[in-house]
Amino acid sequence: MSKFHISTTVNGEAVEYLCDPKQTLLDVLRDELNLTGSKEGCSSGDCGACSVTLDGRLVCSCLVLGVEMQGRSVETIENMTSDEKLHPLQQKFLEAAALQCGFCTPGFLVAAKALLEKNPNPTESEARYWLAENLCRCTGYDKIIRAVLETAADMRGSK
Amino acid sequence: MSGFQYEAPATVDAAVGLLAGAKGNARVLAGGTDLLVQLRTGAAKPDLVVDIKRIGELRQISGTAAGGFVIGAAAPGAEIGEHKELAKAWPGVVEGMELIGSTQIQGRATPGGNLCNASPAGDCTPGLVAAGAIAVIAGPNGRREVAVEQVPVSPGKTSLAKGEFVVAIKLPPRAKNSGDAYLRMIPRTEMDIAIVGAAVNLTLDASGTCTQARVSLGAVAPTVLLVDAAAKALIGTKVDDAALAKLAAAASAACKPIDDKRGTIEYRTKVAGVLARRAAIIARDRARSNA
Amino acid sequence: MAGYEGKSFKWVGTRPVRPDGVDKVTGRATYGADMNLPGQLTGRILRSPHAHAKILSIDTSKAEKLKGVKAVVTSKDFPQMHRGVLPGDEGVNFHYLSSNIMARDKVLYDGHAVAAVAATSAAIAEEALALIDVKYEVLPHVIDVDDAMKPGAPLLHDDVFTTGVNPKPDKPSNIVQRVHMALGDAEAAFKDADIVIERSFKSKAVHQGYIEPHAVVAEWSEDGQCRIWCSSQGHFMVRALTSRLLNMEAAQIRVMPAEIGGGFGGKTIVFIEPTAVLLARKASLPVRIVMSRDEVFRATGPAPGSSMDVKIGAKKDGTLVAAVGEFRFQAGAFPGSPVGPACMAAFGPYALANVTSAGYEAVTNRPLCYSYRAPGAPLSSFAVESVIDEIAQKLNIDPMEMRIKNGSKEGTQMVYGPKLKAVGNLECLKAIQNHPINKIPLGPNQGRGLAAGFWFNLGGQSSAVVNIAEDGTANIMTGSPDIGGSRASMALMAAEVLGIDYSKVRPIVGDTSSVGFCEITHGSRVTFATGMAIIQAAEDVVLQCRQRVAAMWEVDVDAVKWEDGHACPAGANAGDQKPLSLAKIAAKASRTGGPLVGSAAINAGGAGPAFGVHICDVEVDPETGGVTVLRYVAAQDAGKAIHPSYVEGQIQGGVAQGIGWALNEEYIYGADGRLQNSGFLDYRIPVASDLPMIDALILEVPNPGHPFGVRGVGEVPIVPPLAAIANAIARATGARMMDLPMSPPKILAAIDAKK
Repeated sequence: MSKFHISTTVNGEAVEYLCDPKQTLLDVLRDELNLTGSKEGCSSGDCGACSVTLDGRLVCSCLVLGVEMQGRSVETIENMTSDEKLHPLQQKFLEAAALQCGFCTPGFLVAAKALLEKNPNPTESEARYWLAENLCRCTGYDKIIRAVLETAADMRGSK
Repeated sequence: MSGFQYEAPATVDAAVGLLAGAKGNARVLAGGTDLLVQLRTGAAKPDLVVDIKRIGELRQISGTAAGGFVIGAAAPGAEIGEHKELAKAWPGVVEGMELIGSTQIQGRATPGGNLCNASPAGDCTPGLVAAGAIAVIAGPNGRREVAVEQVPVSPGKTSLAKGEFVVAIKLPPRAKNSGDAYLRMIPRTEMDIAIVGAAVNLTLDASGTCTQARVSLGAVAPTVLLVDAAAKALIGTKVDDAALAKLAAAASAACKPIDDKRGTIEYRTKVAGVLARRAAIIARDRARSNA
Repeated sequence: MAGYEGKSFKWVGTRPVRPDGVDKVTGRATYGADMNLPGQLTGRILRSPHAHAKILSIDTSKAEKLKGVKAVVTSKDFPQMHRGVLPGDEGVNFHYLSSNIMARDKVLYDGHAVAAVAATSAAIAEEALALIDVKYEVLPHVIDVDDAMKPGAPLLHDDVFTTGVNPKPDKPSNIVQRVHMALGDAEAAFKDADIVIERSFKSKAVHQGYIEPHAVVAEWSEDGQCRIWCSSQGHFMVRALTSRLLNMEAAQIRVMPAEIGGGFGGKTIVFIEPTAVLLARKASLPVRIVMSRDEVFRATGPAPGSSMDVKIGAKKDGTLVAAVGEFRFQAGAFPGSPVGPACMAAFGPYALANVTSAGYEAVTNRPLCYSYRAPGAPLSSFAVESVIDEIAQKLNIDPMEMRIKNGSKEGTQMVYGPKLKAVGNLECLKAIQNHPINKIPLGPNQGRGLAAGFWFNLGGQSSAVVNIAEDGTANIMTGSPDIGGSRASMALMAAEVLGIDYSKVRPIVGDTSSVGFCEITHGSRVTFATGMAIIQAAEDVVLQCRQRVAAMWEVDVDAVKWEDGHACPAGANAGDQKPLSLAKIAAKASRTGGPLVGSAAINAGGAGPAFGVHICDVEVDPETGGVTVLRYVAAQDAGKAIHPSYVEGQIQGGVAQGIGWALNEEYIYGADGRLQNSGFLDYRIPVASDLPMIDALILEVPNPGHPFGVRGVGEVPIVPPLAAIANAIARATGARMMDLPMSPPKILAAIDAKK
C-alpha cells in the first residue's frame, strides 16, 4: 500500500509529509517531523502525554490519523514559547516545581493552555476535571493544579 | 504491508458509495476514539476506512422548526456540550455525551461513533434512548430512521446493513415541565468505562404528576436497555419516595449483567436501581424548574 | 565531613528553578524514545499468549525473509548463563534474568518475551512478529500466592528449593524463601495482653505506573564498541547487567542516560536493553525498542500481591505488648519479591520488645515482581496499621495517643538489627496531632483515618566530579539519573559548599564512560549518598583552592579559610591578605597547579531512616461504595530538605500512588491466566479529579550520618496511605476492609454485610 501525501499546517508553518494510513498524528509528529515534545505514554487516549490542539480543539494526537490532517492545523508543545519567551504556564510550572520527571509536562501544558483560553478563571474543580485525562504519576497533581490556577490569576491580573 | 485504504468523502452519497462498494472490511471513522485503539491493538483490521468528518451536515448541530434538534453523527462531544440551547433542552443527553472520556476525548468522540461502537456501556446511548432519539441512517437505498435503541444489537454489533451509516441523531421537541438526567458509576471520577449507567427522561403536568417517562440503563445487559417497567413506576405519581423506590426495584429487576473486570452482577444490579432513582430525582427537579 | 552543624545555609533549603526545567517545559528534553539515529531500525518483541507453557519450537524463517526485516533473535542468541547465583554476582541469578528477558524452554507468564525482530519500519516489524511460528504445549498455571504455596501446585522451576527453612527441602517447590526476624518472644508475651486482634489481609499486584514506557536505542560500531541510550534508574546497572548477560566487557558498553519519565523502582533492572543490543549487532544498524503500554503492564516488574496475617496484643491503656506478622508475597515468574524489606519495615513505627516478622515468597505465573517505592513496606504496613487502628477502636482510645505512646524513637531496637539514631517519628505524630484538620467536623458517611509508616533508606556507592571553569563557574557531574529534581539538589549542595551562586553551578548526569560508578537511583539514596559525593567533591575543590592560595600567600594551608566563596586569612598570622574569590583563583589556575577538579567516590553508610505520618478524611457513598478523598495531610521527617518543593513533591506523589493502591489499582487476571487490564483505562491510577490538594509537612530532625543532615525522602510517603484510607473507611462505614484494592463493589458488599 502506498503512502499518503499530506499537506497540513504544523505550528503555523505549512508542512508536507508522507505517511502510512495506520500512522497516527503522534507517530507523524515524532517520527516524520522530529517533533518529539509530544510524548507517547499509552497510544490509546488514556494518558494525555501526546496532547495537541487540532484546529484549536484539544485532542490526543495518538487518536488522530496522520492521513486525517490534510488541510488542518495542529499546534504542539514546541509552539508554546513565543519570541523565545516562555508562556506564563511554562514559567509557573518551573517556579512552582509542578514537574518531576517531566514526561507528562508537555501534555499538561498544552491542555492547561487550552483550558485558560476557554476559561480564564477556572475553579480548582474545573481545572482538575479539565486535566483529568492528563496522567501524572510523580506529583499527585497538587503543584500542577496550583500552578495552573496561579497562572490563570496572573494572566487575568495582567490584562 | 498491513495498511488500509483511506477515504474522506465530502458528501453522504459518496460515503455510501464507498462503503457499499467496499471489498472486504470497511469501517467508518468518526471521532476515532474507539477505532484508532482497535487499529493499534490489531482488534480491527479494516481494508477501507471512510472518514465522515469532512461531510458538512455530519458536523452540524441544529434546531428544528418544531423545537427539536438534529445532531450530526460526527459532531464531537465538546461542540455538543457548547451548544447552549441543546444543553438547556436536553441536559441529560448532553451529560451522557460529555461523559465519554475526558477533555481530549471530548474533542473527538461523537454520538454516532459511541452509538455504533455498540458497547452496552457507551455513555451517550442511555440518554438518547431515554430521550426517544431517532437515528437517521443513510445507505444504498436512501435514508431511513429508527429508534436509537434499535441500532446496537449486541456488544460491538449494529443493525446497520452494508453500505449504511448513521448520519444524524434527531431529538424530539421538548415539552414543558420536562427534564432528563444521566448518571453513571465509575470507580474514578473520570476516564473510566461505566460499570452502570442510568438515564431518566420525564414530563410532569401542572400538578407535578408524571405523565410521561422513559428509563434507560447502560452496562447491565448486552445492549442499552429501555426499561418500561421502571418508567411505569413513575407515570401517574408525583415522583415521590414511594415511586422512586418502585423505580429502583424495577430497574434492578431489568438487569441482566455479567461479571467482568469492571464489576460484578450483584453490584451492577444493585447500583442500577440506585442510579435510576438518583437520575429520576434530578430529572424531576429539572422538570419542576422548567415550566 | 563535620563542620555544618548549626551553620545557617545560604542555598540549601531554598527553592530555585531546576537546571533541567526549561528543557522539560518546552518539550526539548530527550527521553529514551526520543532518540532517532541515522538508519535506526524499529525493534519489536513477540510475547507469549499463555501463562505457562513449554516452548516446543520457534520458527523464525518466514519473518527473516520478509523484506525490511534486518534481524531476528530468540533465546538461542543469548549466551547460556550459569544456573544459580555465583559469588561476586551480588545475589543476581543471571540464568533467571536472561530467561526473563527471553524465554528459554518455557514461557512463565502472559507477555513473556519469546522472540524479537528489527525492521525498517514499525509496520514491517509487526508483520514480521505475526510470521514467527511458536509451538507451545500449554501447562497448568498458578496466579495467587497462597495457591502457589500449596503442595501439588503447578511447579514453575525445578531448581527452586526453599531457603531459610530447616531442614533444607529435598524437593523443589514454588516457595523461594522464608524470611524470619524476631525480638523477644512474641507468642509468650500475648498472655500479658488485655486485647489481642488477629486479622488476615489480601492484596492484588499493582504497577508503578510511570507514564514513560521503557525505551532503548542500541548501536554497535565496527570495532565492537556498543552504545546504549535508555531511560533507566541507573545506567551503570544497565551496563553491568547487559555486559554480563551478553558475555561482554563492561568497558565495551557505553550507556548514555536519557531523561527518565518516572521509574518508582520499576526501572532498576533490564527488560529490553540486552535484546536491543543483540538486534543491533545482528543488523549492524541502530535499533530502537519502545515498549507499548500493554507490554509495560504485562512484562515489566510490578509490585507483588500478598496474603498477610497480623496479630497484635495490647494492654487496656494501649501499650503494645506483642506483635507477630507473616507476610506471604507473590514473586513473579522468578524470585525477587521484596518480602524481606516488608518484614523489616512492618513494625518500624513502634517500639516493641516482643515482635516476630516473618515472610514467604512464592513464584507465580506473573511478570517478574520487582521494586516499587519502599518495596514491600506499603503492604506489611497496611496490615499492621489496620490492626493497630482496630485495637484503638476497640479500646476506645485515640489512635494518635496510642501511636505516640508506643512510637519508636532514638534508641529503639529495630527487629531487623540496628538501634535507631535520631529519628523524627514522634515529631511527625505530633505535627499531625496539632494540624487544623483535626478540628474540621466530619459529616455523615465521613471518616478520618490515621497511619504511620517507616522506611530504612539506603546509602551506597556514588561518584561525583566538580569541574571549575576558568571564570569560576562550576560544572558538576554525577552518574545518578535525575527522576524528580535531583540535579537541583546537587547544584544547591555544590553551591553551598563552594560558596558561589546557584546559577553558576551547572549539573549534568554523566554517562558510564564519563563519570565514576553510581548505584541505581533507588532506596531514597540519591540526595543522601550522591549528594554526599557532591559535597565531598566540592570540599575537594575548596581544599585545593585553599592550598593554592596558601602557596601564593606563602602561609600554611590552615591559615587560609573558605568563607562565602572566598579564600580568606584564617587569622592575623596569615597577614593582611584580601579575600580571593573562586573566580579569581580559577583565573590563576594555570599558574597555580593547573585545572581545578574535585572528585569523590564513596560508599555511603549512615542513611537515616525516614518516618511519615498521614491523616485523611474520606466520604463513602453508602449506596455505591464509592470513596471520595476529601482531605489529606502527610508529615514527614526529611532530615534536611535540600529543595523543599521537591521534597513536598515526593510526599505528594507517594501519597497519590498510595491512594491509587488503596482504592482502585489492581492486576486483574482471567481464569486463563492472562492479564485483562493492561492499559490505563482499566488499570486505574488516580486522575487529577480524584484527589484533593495534599498538604505536605516537612519536619527536619537531622540525620547524624549526613553532613547536612539529609535523609532520603522518596519512599516513605507511599507507606502510610493504604492504611490511612482503610482506617478512614472503617470509621466512615463501620466496615473494615482487609482486601485491597478497596474498590466500590467490595466496599458496598462490606457495608451491606454489616446491615
